[in-house]
Amino acid sequence: MGALVQISLTLQFINLLAAMLLLIVFAMLGQRRIFSLINLFAWQGLVLSISTVVVAYSTAQQHLYYSAALTVLLKVLILPWLLYRLIRKLNIRWDVERLINIPTTMLVGIALVIFAFNLAAPISQLSEGITRGLIGIALASVLLSLLMMLTRRKAVSQVVAFLSLENSLFFAATSATQGMPLVVELGIALDVLVATFIFGIFFFQIRETFDSLDITHMEKLKDD
Amino acid sequence: MINNPHFILAILFQLTQLLLVVLAAPLLTGWVNQCQAWLQNRSGAGVLQPYRVLHKLFHKDMVLAHNASWLFRLTPYVVFACMWLAAAIIPIIAVDLPFSGAADVIALVGVFALARMFISLAAMDVGTAFGSMGARREMLVSFLAEPALLMVLFTASMISHSTQLPGIVDALAHHQFVLYPSMGFAALAFGIVLLAENARIPVDNPGTHLELTMIHEAMILEYSARHLALIEWGSSLKLFAYISIGIALFIPHGIAEMGNWAGLPQAVGFLVVKMLLAGAALSLLEIVTAKMRIFRAPEFLGTAFLLAVLGLLIHFLLGA
Amino acid sequence: MIDFQLLALLATPLLGGVFLALFGSRTWAAELNSLMSGATLLAAIVLTLRVIDSGPQVAFGEQFFIDPFNVFLVTLTAFVAFTTSLFSRPYMRIEQHHGKLNTPMLHLYYSMYQLFTFTMLVALTTNNMGIIWVAMEAATLSTVLLVSLYRTPASLEAAWKYFILCGVGIALALFGTILLYFAAERVLGEGGTALLWTHLNQVKGELEPTVLKLAFVFLLVGYGTKIGLVPLHSWLPDAHAEGPTPVSAVLSGLLLNVALCAVMRSKVLVDGSLGTHFAGNLMMGFGLLSVLVGALFLSRQKDVKRMFAYSSIEHMGLITFSFGMGGAVANFAAMLHMTMHSLTKSAIFFAVGHAVQKVGTQQMEHIRGLLHVSPTVGWGLLLGTFAILGMPPFGVFASEFLIITTAMHDYPWTTPILLLALGIAFASIFGKIQPMVFGATTAKPLPHPPALLPVFLHLFLVLLLGLYMPPYLANWYRQAAALFS
Repeated sequence: MGALVQISLTLQFINLLAAMLLLIVFAMLGQRRIFSLINLFAWQGLVLSISTVVVAYSTAQQHLYYSAALTVLLKVLILPWLLYRLIRKLNIRWDVERLINIPTTMLVGIALVIFAFNLAAPISQLSEGITRGLIGIALASVLLSLLMMLTRRKAVSQVVAFLSLENSLFFAATSATQGMPLVVELGIALDVLVATFIFGIFFFQIRETFDSLDITHMEKLKDD
Repeated sequence: MINNPHFILAILFQLTQLLLVVLAAPLLTGWVNQCQAWLQNRSGAGVLQPYRVLHKLFHKDMVLAHNASWLFRLTPYVVFACMWLAAAIIPIIAVDLPFSGAADVIALVGVFALARMFISLAAMDVGTAFGSMGARREMLVSFLAEPALLMVLFTASMISHSTQLPGIVDALAHHQFVLYPSMGFAALAFGIVLLAENARIPVDNPGTHLELTMIHEAMILEYSARHLALIEWGSSLKLFAYISIGIALFIPHGIAEMGNWAGLPQAVGFLVVKMLLAGAALSLLEIVTAKMRIFRAPEFLGTAFLLAVLGLLIHFLLGA
Repeated sequence: MIDFQLLALLATPLLGGVFLALFGSRTWAAELNSLMSGATLLAAIVLTLRVIDSGPQVAFGEQFFIDPFNVFLVTLTAFVAFTTSLFSRPYMRIEQHHGKLNTPMLHLYYSMYQLFTFTMLVALTTNNMGIIWVAMEAATLSTVLLVSLYRTPASLEAAWKYFILCGVGIALALFGTILLYFAAERVLGEGGTALLWTHLNQVKGELEPTVLKLAFVFLLVGYGTKIGLVPLHSWLPDAHAEGPTPVSAVLSGLLLNVALCAVMRSKVLVDGSLGTHFAGNLMMGFGLLSVLVGALFLSRQKDVKRMFAYSSIEHMGLITFSFGMGGAVANFAAMLHMTMHSLTKSAIFFAVGHAVQKVGTQQMEHIRGLLHVSPTVGWGLLLGTFAILGMPPFGVFASEFLIITTAMHDYPWTTPILLLALGIAFASIFGKIQPMVFGATTAKPLPHPPALLPVFLHLFLVLLLGLYMPPYLANWYRQAAALFS
């Protein structure tokens, strides 16, 4: 108990944010509606940026403030807005996923979290202080986002899963390692933005060609 | 031991709690109903309505199905006794009461399960279609809710290194303030379990007798008069007990130390405020959500289980 | 000085991308594309001569690093990019003539082609493990729209698969990079230097082994998706088969190498930290599996480009395996095979591209008698096939021979697997190519003369290197190989 109590309030707060991040990924995993999915994605970005600010404050690293601002701009405002627009333009507002079995997905998700925590356990023991355990949570979110990509059948939700994957990685980069060099972070942000644009272009192309954004239409290329 | 003044004091505290709980439980139910009435822009029947109902039921003549067995007649007493016992174990006004040493959180879950088993058996005893259906649904819901509840309790136990509720409350209430993300998850899970176990919306609707949707009401359709009164009172006690568990686990601050008479009024005051808030929150929740189809209930309760397990895992990983 | 030479190398394709984004729809866009690629090749050669002269160098505040290993890949990349641009000029004209492409599509193609070259060169020359990641992701992004250039349902599907799978893969690689940084930060301190490979290489013995182990698994899986290692390969045949042929040629010939280069950079660090053969074993396992699965899938293919894509999987597996074995000879062999494979495979794709244009289908059962109607394309395909199958005297024979003898010496149990896989590959490919080249024809003449110079130039080089390895080239390879052992 004594050890627990001595943990600084900052770390407690980051831990709380990490836990929220994991919860949001789970919520995304179980979400059928695309609109809610995008909302959750925006929330995820917000939690991410708050945790970045907290880390920046506690370690007094100036460049983390920039990356937090970048996160808010890109992942809370621009990307969700772009996705909203796309959805409205493509008129798929009421699309829901039908093919997923949520309880099974959740159970697999829990198994993945346990796996991730196990994998990260030796690393958690290595690092003293602020980053303890955060790698595990980041890894768990990465794996859960991957699971989401596998279980989704709609192009848009796959993309949101992809972006959530990117968010989890960003969390690992900012909170667990207290910030990659700024050049790298900028590069990553640029790549994500470009990727989203290309995804957008793809939506239109797919929609034009298949008359739907359901990627079950796109399972023709196989080795027979 | 009997001569030990501390022991006598403890017994006095325990008796105070027992009396307080059994008398206040219908009041809580009345408060929840009244809040709902206000939220729906109705004037409501007043917070004392459950007492009037109980009074009326106790004075009515009983009608018993003629194929009803002793089990059917025994069940209301068992249910009432179980709920009262549960309320005795939980540290409501003070920690470290003499009875609470007798059973830990796992036994507490067992006490609830015992009551549920009796009421389900009794529901099937008379052999009506509704009774069996209600029993089946109740078992479905509880089979999903119970593991979640256990996980919630385990998380709390892990943090406080004790499965005794007083130990948990003591650890959480009387130490320096620490943020526990795992307890946040547990609280959400517990909220869902609370709704399911107490037959509240969105899992069940306590206010309807629509045969397609009812669970709890379907089981007690055959009861009347004294029996029904005991079961209703038991339900009130159960809600009270659950909310008390929630308070004990998540917001235990302000509870009295054992034997501290001076702290008692303050503790009761805190308790009343927390109960009022919890009741209001419960009624608000019931107003804003719609009852879900029975087949969605497993998903809903699965979420509770998931949250509880996540809380536990996060505790392991973060140590918080 | 080195800064300037490097700047010339990187700025040329970037400027090319900008120019072609502006003027890509003009009639002379194809020539401009070739010109910029030629200029890039020139810059690469200048840089290479410099590095061979005066050894490894860092540039731009240590953000870039050039040693014999990556400069060899830089030259190879610039060379194949140049020849491919020569090939794509007539090829794309014919496609346009056939109505498969229009001017906006070509516009996109030319500008993306230059940007793709740029990202690959950045990935090769950067010293920053984070920038490698950024450049690899950018390489995916620049090619993804090229794969779906034809806008057919199949090409869209292939591009989507490519995008999603490589996106996921590359994300895992980012996690690996983050773990690497996590370990490095504890030794090198926070800030810019902790991701610089040269710095990491100096302190690799002090890096935390448990973290690096995990990091390498993620890096290998991540970049391995790009390399096309089984079981992460499923995007590769689709992207190669459905994209335009020049894109298949550069994907197969270049992008896979660049991804492998990133893996090798990580392997050096991990080996240094662990002091075991962990990374090598992992690479050998993935490599062996890729060789075997690639070879087994060859015989089941009906689409010619798809078949050669599987052949790429097989060969990349072989290279990964050889790098995994480690040691001076194995690394030498792997690099030689990398060169041979890049040259041969792109030559084959050039020939196949024209053959497909003549017949109008990629289905091998409909391609017949190429020699009859167009001896040059037929001979190109036939010789290329001989080369890729490792027939002497082509250079592939030399490199495969080296790999197998090393395997026999160091890991005898792998030899039967390798020989079996190569045997299967030989039988499958040769059995399919032979009727395509000989026999009665189904082909029609082309509206523009095909580009045969790149095909025969590549094959000539492969033949030359198989017959005679110039001493300075061997010396250069040896220097590069020594970096890893």
